[in-house]
Amino acid sequence: MSSPRSVIIIGSGPAGLTAGLYTARANLQPLVIEGLEAGGQLMLTTLVENWPGFREGIMGPELMAEMRSQAERFGAAIIRGHVTSVDLTARPVTVTTADAHYETRTLIIATGASSRLLGLPSERALIGHGVSTCATCDGYFFRGKPIAVVGGGDSAMEEALFLTRFASSVTVVHRRESLRASKIMQDKAFANKKIAFEWNAEVEDIKSEAGAVSAMVLRNNKTGARKEIPVEGVFVAIGHTPNTALFTGQLEMDPAGYIITHAGSRTSVPGVFACGDVQDHIYRQAITAAGSGCMAAIDAEKYLEGVPQHIGETELHA
Amino acid sequence: MASDKIQTLTDANFDQTVNQSAQPILVDFWAEWCGPCRRLAPTVDELATDYDGRVVVAKMNVDENPSVPMRFSIRGIPTLLLFKGGQIVEQVVGLADKASLKKLIDKHV
Repeated sequence: MSSPRSVIIIGSGPAGLTAGLYTARANLQPLVIEGLEAGGQLMLTTLVENWPGFREGIMGPELMAEMRSQAERFGAAIIRGHVTSVDLTARPVTVTTADAHYETRTLIIATGASSRLLGLPSERALIGHGVSTCATCDGYFFRGKPIAVVGGGDSAMEEALFLTRFASSVTVVHRRESLRASKIMQDKAFANKKIAFEWNAEVEDIKSEAGAVSAMVLRNNKTGARKEIPVEGVFVAIGHTPNTALFTGQLEMDPAGYIITHAGSRTSVPGVFACGDVQDHIYRQAITAAGSGCMAAIDAEKYLEGVPQHIGETELHA
Repeated sequence: MASDKIQTLTDANFDQTVNQSAQPILVDFWAEWCGPCRRLAPTVDELATDYDGRVVVAKMNVDENPSVPMRFSIRGIPTLLLFKGGQIVEQVVGLADKASLKKLIDKHV
């Protein structure tokens, strides 16, 4: 086996690519393994209006393409691939994908978070047949049709507003009586005539006809009353779960599965750093992910400076 | 760049191609504006090369061909359908890695 790499980064959203950019500029020749959801959550968005420096906004996929090219320009190697296991107990750390096995002195975890589903039995079977977590991917199929968006946060409002371009009506289903979304997103949603709201409502079942979604059953969590609303699409935007299954039992995590970081981006294992949504359930912004990716890169660089790099050789020549 | 081993299916040629295919046929339903479809495309290209001569790999643009996706109740892309003898034998919605796709395909070749 060839000598271990200095840095491997798992994930290619704003956190992973920023870590790639900084470690590349530090001449650490990082390897970025982009993962299944390459580019991260911004790949599924349209106009990003809160990324500083773009006063008119920038399209999410375009921003990610720029970040990627910028990291590559300074020598980051970005490869397609999906990590299937890691061993953080040994030194160097090992990272395994379907077709390769890598060793690295530092590991930066930027695996992000993925959309959470409602957990209904009917839901999984109907993914791709009316149940969706990606409005920009699937909105097209609902031209002139009634649909629902489940959730009350910024992403739910963004999806609802985007979907009004296609759908005849968008019913926002929220389990509380007020939205969690930012004021500006709430105002936009309330002003849109195609959007209606179901408050204190939870989706109890999703019904289908001929293999596609036909209705949802809502239960009012205050009164217990049920009602069925005909919809052909149910877009689920109820938050995210961190992608940390790879690290279970190897890293300190909080009860929700987020990696716990200390003093910047350090995890419970020396030489292993985490950045972006995989360790952040509070801010969850592209800019905070990028910022923490920069921190992880600097922390990894400092770690490498402090660790003797060729212990084996030194011993051999002593 | 799509591999030259990949067939392009349309509403017009779909039934004939799928029903008459002697080999299993994997169809990737996609569109230009779909980010995840772009991510899956290189994997589909690789599958076309890996299974050359054993599985036909085809793509169908849902923008240009609305009727077949409608018939299969496709409401999300990317969707991969594997047909054998004109029947759907496997269905994958959303992103999947190459290893797990190969596992599904290998059951039918």
